[in-house]
This record gives sequence, C-alpha cells and structure tokens, in this order.
Amino acid sequence: MMVPLWLIVLVKSAVLLLVVVTTFAYAMLAERKVLGWMQLRPGPNRVGPWGLMQPAADAAKLMLKEDLTPKTADPLIYRLAPFISLLTAFSVYAIIPFGSSSSGTWAIGNVNAGILLILAITSIGVYGISLGGWASGSKYPLLGSVRATAQMISYELAMSLSFIGVLILAGTTSLDGIVNAQVRWWFFVPQFFGCIIYIITAVAETNRTPFDLVEAETELVAGFHTEYSGLRFGLFFIAEYVNMLTVSCIATLLFFGGWNAPLGLTLIPGVVWFVAKVAMFMFFYMWLRATLPRLRYDRLMAFGWKVLLPLATLNLVVTAIVVAFRG
Amino acid sequence: MIAFWVLGAIVVASAVWTIAAKKPVYSVVALLVNFATLAVLYVTLSAEFLAVMQIIVYSGAILVLFVFVIALLSSGVAPFSAGPNRMPNAAAPAIIIVLTALGFLAYAAMHAPAVAPGSVHTTSAIGPVGAAGIFGSVADFGKALFTVQLLPFEITALILMVAVIGVVALAGDQRPYVPTRKHALEVERDVREAILRGGE
Repeated sequence: MMVPLWLIVLVKSAVLLLVVVTTFAYAMLAERKVLGWMQLRPGPNRVGPWGLMQPAADAAKLMLKEDLTPKTADPLIYRLAPFISLLTAFSVYAIIPFGSSSSGTWAIGNVNAGILLILAITSIGVYGISLGGWASGSKYPLLGSVRATAQMISYELAMSLSFIGVLILAGTTSLDGIVNAQVRWWFFVPQFFGCIIYIITAVAETNRTPFDLVEAETELVAGFHTEYSGLRFGLFFIAEYVNMLTVSCIATLLFFGGWNAPLGLTLIPGVVWFVAKVAMFMFFYMWLRATLPRLRYDRLMAFGWKVLLPLATLNLVVTAIVVAFRG
Repeated sequence: MIAFWVLGAIVVASAVWTIAAKKPVYSVVALLVNFATLAVLYVTLSAEFLAVMQIIVYSGAILVLFVFVIALLSSGVAPFSAGPNRMPNAAAPAIIIVLTALGFLAYAAMHAPAVAPGSVHTTSAIGPVGAAGIFGSVADFGKALFTVQLLPFEITALILMVAVIGVVALAGDQRPYVPTRKHALEVERDVREAILRGGE
C-alpha cells in the first residue's frame, strides 16, 4: 500500500515538533543547571528528582499567568509578533536533515536550495522582535527592538558570507549534499576562519550573551519583551531557545560533518553523532553565557561591520582562489 | 491550479491592504504577507532561487529597514490623516491606463504561440524542486548570471556601489563619537567645571 505523501509529511512534522519542543524544555533546564554549576550553586532541584520536572512546572506557570496587553500597545501587531517569532523558529526544521540511512535522508523536505532557504526563513525571524518591541508602545521595548533589528541585519551579512566558503567547497546548496561532501574532511578544517566567524555571528543572531544587548537588563529592563507576560512571553522564550538549537544544527551540518562519524566510529549510528555534536554546541553557548560580560552597543556594531565582515570577505576570496587554482 | 488562484487572491488582497491600511505598520505587515506569498508562487513555478532571494532580499532586508524607520519615527502609532480627496482627478487617467495595459496583455496572450498541453514541465509544490538542469535552479541561475548575463550583473553591481558611495558622501564628514579614555576625561572635566560654575 502506498502511503500518501501529505500523510508522511504530517507525521514527520508532528514527531519533529514533539522532539524540538522537548529538546527546548530540557535545554532550558540544562542551561540553568550548567549556569548553576559554573557559579557554584545547585541550580533548579526542587521539582521532581534532580529538578527534572522543572520545565513542566514553568510551562504550567506561564500558561496560568495573566496575558497583559498595555493600553498604549497596538493590539493586533502586539498579539501577532510572538507567533511570527515562533513560526519562523519552528519552520526551519522542515528542511534540516538529522541523519541518513539506506532509505534516504532523515528530513521532512529535502530542498535543493536548503541552506539558502534556512537563511531566508531565519531572516524573517527578526520581525517577531522588531514588531513586538514596536507594538508594545513603550520605550524600553522600542529601544530593544531597534537594537535587535540593527544587530541582526548587521551580523546576518557576515554569517551569509561565512556560509559561502562552505558552499564553494561542497559545490552544492543542499544540506545533505554539504554533509556528504564532508566524509573525508569536516569543513572546520579547511574553513577554520569561516567556522569561527559563523559561531560568533550565530551567537549575535540569537541575541545571546555576550551579544544580548537586545535585552540588556541594566539598561532596558528586559528589552523587546518587557511588556509581554504569560504565554506570549513564553512563545518568545521558546523561539529564542529553538533558534539556539537551529544555529547549533547548522553549525553541525556545515562545519562539523553532520551525521558523519569521527575517526571511523561508524558503529554508532549517525543520528547519535548529530545529536552529540548539537549538544556540544548548546553547551558551548551556555558556557559563553556564564563566562563573558556583555559588549557595549557601539563596539558590537563596530565589531560586526569593521572586523567580522572584512574577515568573512577575505575568507571567501581566499577560499575561492584556492578552489579555482586546485580545480 | 487551485494553488495558483488561492495564492493569487492572497497576493492581490495583501497588496490592496498595503495601500489601504491606515497605519504604516499594518502596511508593512501586509507587504510582508505579499512578498512571502509571491515567493511561494515562484516556488510553484519551480523558480526556487528567485523565491529564496525574494525572501532574503525583500522580506529579510529591505522591509526590515521600513520597520526600523517606522519604529524610529514612531509615526506608526498614529493613523494617517486623510488629505483632500484626489480620487475624482486621478480616477479617469488611472482607469484608462489600466485598461490599456490589460488590453495589451490580453492581445499578447491571445497571439502567443500555442503550447501543447503536457509539453510544459510542471512541478507540484511538494515535488522535487530545483534539481540541476531545471529552469530556476540555483546551479542554472548562477551559471546564467556569470556567463550570459555577466555584463548586466557587473553593471548592477557598479550602480549599487555608486549608490553606497553617494550615501556616504551625502551623510557627510560628520565625525563619529569616538569614546576614548581621553575623550571621556575631557567630558568629565567639562562636567566638573560646569558644576563648579553652577555652585558660585
């Protein structure tokens, strides 16, 4: 019996949604635990054994809280904004491949222009923040959203340029093609600078420490989501963590061989390697947050435009020259 | 075909909303819907590179700057004030121009060489899109851009460069605020002197 395509896509999407949401919940718990240990305190440990039920408690709390809309807010846009953030954060997973077996690639849709589509979808994500901040009708969210917009656009340039080096080496824009091109060498070896630039810009794109000027508590209360409460705040929160997961997945796919096993350890299935690599990146982000202080805003912009962008361009030109001469 | 009509209806509706919306921000949101739907239309025509570029360039960059400007000018909150009704003067020429354009379109469509059904390569929205060798794929687009269309491509790049330099020239030689330690000390001294003067 032939199963219709739409049913397969639907089931895959439902399973993936469940996986991503669960990962978000425990990434959040893991972040609080890791931060706790790095600061010599236990972290959440009250709800359930080892604090494992903490995400469920947080979810229940957010759902039961009152959903406030400020008088000065623009009601329609204010309510719409968290959904834009969440939708773009989740829809990226329609094209991210997680593994490969004899029956094909493990992804909902295998798009030829995969990496470009990911760039396109994530570039829409900024609207959630900028519209949400504007629609709150209050000064701190507005400042936060203006910062966010400027920062995300600036760092997106260097990020795209760091992708192109990988695309030149792989000779394809499809994500499983890029992973298959890394069977011998993971691209962080030939694209070392590209990899570093990507990791830095990825932190900036997800608005996390040390680039979390968007929600700098000391200056902007909580930035763009100051006025949001209850479930709508929760949606922004989910979107932030899912974006973090997304950039970790992209880093794994582009620079760390995706589901390719290191040192020929093919006994362990590829998807386990993929998850392990993504987890490594997630830990790296938590580590950064516990370690680094926040940058000043003008330095952040100067760093993006005057350091990262020229370096990314240089990396691209050198890669192109080397590939052109070696054929 | 159903997809085309549905998407077409959304594109037209959002375009109308863009110009009819009272608040600038609603216009931007409508335009965002318009661009996104247009991109989906491109995908159904298997022009996937164009679709992705539509989103990255227009939705992801240009429209964000619109939001930026609206947020900074904070004119987005107040609805547009209605000016004098200029519709009577504009209606007749507008209708004539639209009808002429539609006439040309209809003429061109009727006299176009007939295409045998089945000879056209059609792809569904879910099917494999953009494999190499198909119109609109990334590989073919890139090849065309850097071989046949190289001169227009380079000229466009030059024009954009002129625009960038123009903007820098227009913005002028305003010295940016450079927060150095020396500068900070100067500011501090000025403030202290001002306080002292105020105390006298």
